[in-house]
Amino acid sequence: MKTLSNYPIDGKFGKYGGRFVPEVLMAAISELEEAYEQAKQDPNFCKELAYYLSEYAGRPTPLYYAENLTRKLGGAKIYLKREDLAHGGAHKINNTLGQALLAKRMGKKRVIAETGAGQHGVATAIACAALGLKAEVYMGVEDMKRQRLNVFRMTKTLKDSINEALRDWVTNLESTYYLIGSVVGPHPYPMLVRDFQSVIGNELKEQFMQKEKRLPDALVACVGGGSNAIGTFYPFENCPEVKLYGVEAAGEGIKSNKHAAALGAGAEGVFHGMLTYVLQDSEGQIQATHSISAGLDYPGVDAFCVLSKEEGIIPALEPSHALAFAMKLARKMKRKETIVVTLSGRGDKDVEVVADFLGVKI
Amino acid sequence: MSGIANVFQKLKAQGDGALIGYVTGGDPEPRFTPVIAEALVKGGVDILELGVPFSDPIADGPTIQAASVRALEAGATPKVVLGMAGEIKRKCGVPVVILTYFNPVFRMGLENFFRLAGNCGVDGVVVPDLPVEEADGYREAAMVCGVDTIFLAVAAPSTTNERLQKIVACTSGFLYLVSHFGVTGAREALEDSTVRLIKRVLPFTAGRVPLAVGFGVSKPEHAQCIIESGADGVIVGSAFVNIVHKHQGNVDRMLEELEALARGLKEAMKRRP
Repeated sequence: MKTLSNYPIDGKFGKYGGRFVPEVLMAAISELEEAYEQAKQDPNFCKELAYYLSEYAGRPTPLYYAENLTRKLGGAKIYLKREDLAHGGAHKINNTLGQALLAKRMGKKRVIAETGAGQHGVATAIACAALGLKAEVYMGVEDMKRQRLNVFRMTKTLKDSINEALRDWVTNLESTYYLIGSVVGPHPYPMLVRDFQSVIGNELKEQFMQKEKRLPDALVACVGGGSNAIGTFYPFENCPEVKLYGVEAAGEGIKSNKHAAALGAGAEGVFHGMLTYVLQDSEGQIQATHSISAGLDYPGVDAFCVLSKEEGIIPALEPSHALAFAMKLARKMKRKETIVVTLSGRGDKDVEVVADFLGVKI
Repeated sequence: MSGIANVFQKLKAQGDGALIGYVTGGDPEPRFTPVIAEALVKGGVDILELGVPFSDPIADGPTIQAASVRALEAGATPKVVLGMAGEIKRKCGVPVVILTYFNPVFRMGLENFFRLAGNCGVDGVVVPDLPVEEADGYREAAMVCGVDTIFLAVAAPSTTNERLQKIVACTSGFLYLVSHFGVTGAREALEDSTVRLIKRVLPFTAGRVPLAVGFGVSKPEHAQCIIESGADGVIVGSAFVNIVHKHQGNVDRMLEELEALARGLKEAMKRRP
C-alpha cells in the first residue's frame, strides 16, 4: 500500500465525516482504528495484502485503450481501468481483502456486511472464504431476488441492511468484525475504504505514465457509495492538472423521488455514523435510495449497449453512468486529450434488467 | 436546580429509586400518548421519557423499531412530540425527557430544537447516537435553553476511566448507563455483569449526577437489584411499549396494564423497611 497518508484524528473533512455512533460502539471503533494504525505500518500485513491482491484477486487489472469507442466518438482518447476483471467481477474485492485481513489480525472469527446490488456482499463472502472467516451479509429484499448465496440475510432496503448490521455488531462486538464497503460510516471506515481502494488509482497512474508518458486529462468514476471513485481519485489529490468527475445516477430525474443522487439532491444530515449529504424529508427522516430503478435511465443503458457492441465489454449499470458522461465529455475534448473511466464492475448481473428496460425478450 | 435533579434528590432523601418510563411519542397514535403518560405516572413513574420516532433507530431492538414505524405512520413528527411533552408536563407534573436520534435535531437546527424544547418545558434530552466528542454545539444550545443533556455511558472492560469522567462531565440530569451490549428490548433476566457495571461507574457519578440504568430492564426484580446495587434510577422502555402494542385495540386494558407494571416496578424500588 503506497498511499496511506495522514487523516484528521477525529475523521473530519471540514465539518463532514466524524463519528456519530452509540456509545456502545465507541470502544470497538477505537480498537479498529488502533489495529489499522498498527497493521499499515507492519510490513508483513502489507506483504500479505499484496500477495492476495495479485495472486488471488488478479491484480493489477489492465488499463485498456478503448480504441473502437474512441474512434466512434471522434474526441478524446478513452481508457478503461478494468476493475471488472478483478476476482468477483468488481473493484469491491480490493477493500474486502484488506479489511478481512484486518479482521483476522484482530482475532475476529465472524464478519458481517451489508450490500445493495450485491457485489460488496459477494466480495465479502469471497474474501472471508479465502481467509477462513465466517461471513454473513445483510441485503435488501428487492436486491435479494438476484442473490442466492446462503450467507445472505434478508431486510427491506439497503439502509435497513446497514441498520441491521449495526445492531448485529453492537450485540456481538467480541466475535464480530463489521466490514463496510462504501465510503460511509464512522471514522475510521471511510479511511479504510479509501486506503484499500487506492490501489485502483495508484495502478492507473503508473500504467498511464507507461503508455502516454504523462498524466490523464480527466478521470471519470461513478459515485454510489463512493468506493471506486475515492480509490480512483485519491492518488491524484495533488495533481491539479487532472480533472476529476464523479457521476451520480439520476434515475427518473433528480427532481423525482426515484434517484440515488444524495450529493446532488440530498441535504446535510447525520446518518450511519457521519455528517454527510443524506436523502431525507423536512423532519429529518431518512429516505431510501432507489438503487435499482436509479441504475436504469437512458444515458446509462445507452452506454451499457455502446460499450458492449463496440468493445465487447459489458459494464455494470453503475459504471455505465460514468461511461455515459465520459462519452459526452470526450466529444467536447481534443483528440490528443485523454480520459480514464473506471469500469468498476462487470454487467452480467444487469443483462436481464436492461433487456427488460428495452423491451427485449431474452 | 433542574426538575430532574429535584426528583432524584427528593427520592434519595426518602431512600427510594427513581422510575423513568419510556414510550414512543405518537404510538400507536398521537392522541393516545397523553393518556398513556397519565397511566404511567399514576402507577408510579417519576420521570417520563418520550421518544421522537425516527426512520432508522439503530440503537433499538424490534419492539421500539415497530413503535417508531407505527408512530411515524400515524403522523408523529419531532414538533408533534415536543408539543405532547408540554401537554404531559402540565397535566402530570413530572419532568419530561425527550429521546431522539441526532438527525431530526440536526435537521431542525440545534438552536431551534432546544428553543422549542425549552418553550415546551422539556427537562432533558437523550440522543443515543451522539457521543460527547461531537456534542459541543449541542450542549451549548441546551444550556442556553435550560435543558439537561443526558448522555449514555458504557462500562466495557476497554472503556477507560478518562472516558467515563468525560461523559459524566458532559452530563446533566442523570447519567444513562447501558446495562448490556446490544440494542434496547425487554429481557427475561438481568446480566450478572450489570451489577459490576454499576459498581464501576458509581465512583464517577457520586456527588456529581444521579445514575440510572436502562436497556433490557423489564421486571420488578431487575429494578430492585439495580437500586440495591447503588444506582439512583431505572429506565424501563420496551416492556411498556410491548403493552401499548399488545392492547392497541383495547385502550382501557392498555392503560390498566401500563399502570400495573409501573406500580410493580416502583414498589420494588422503594426502601425496604
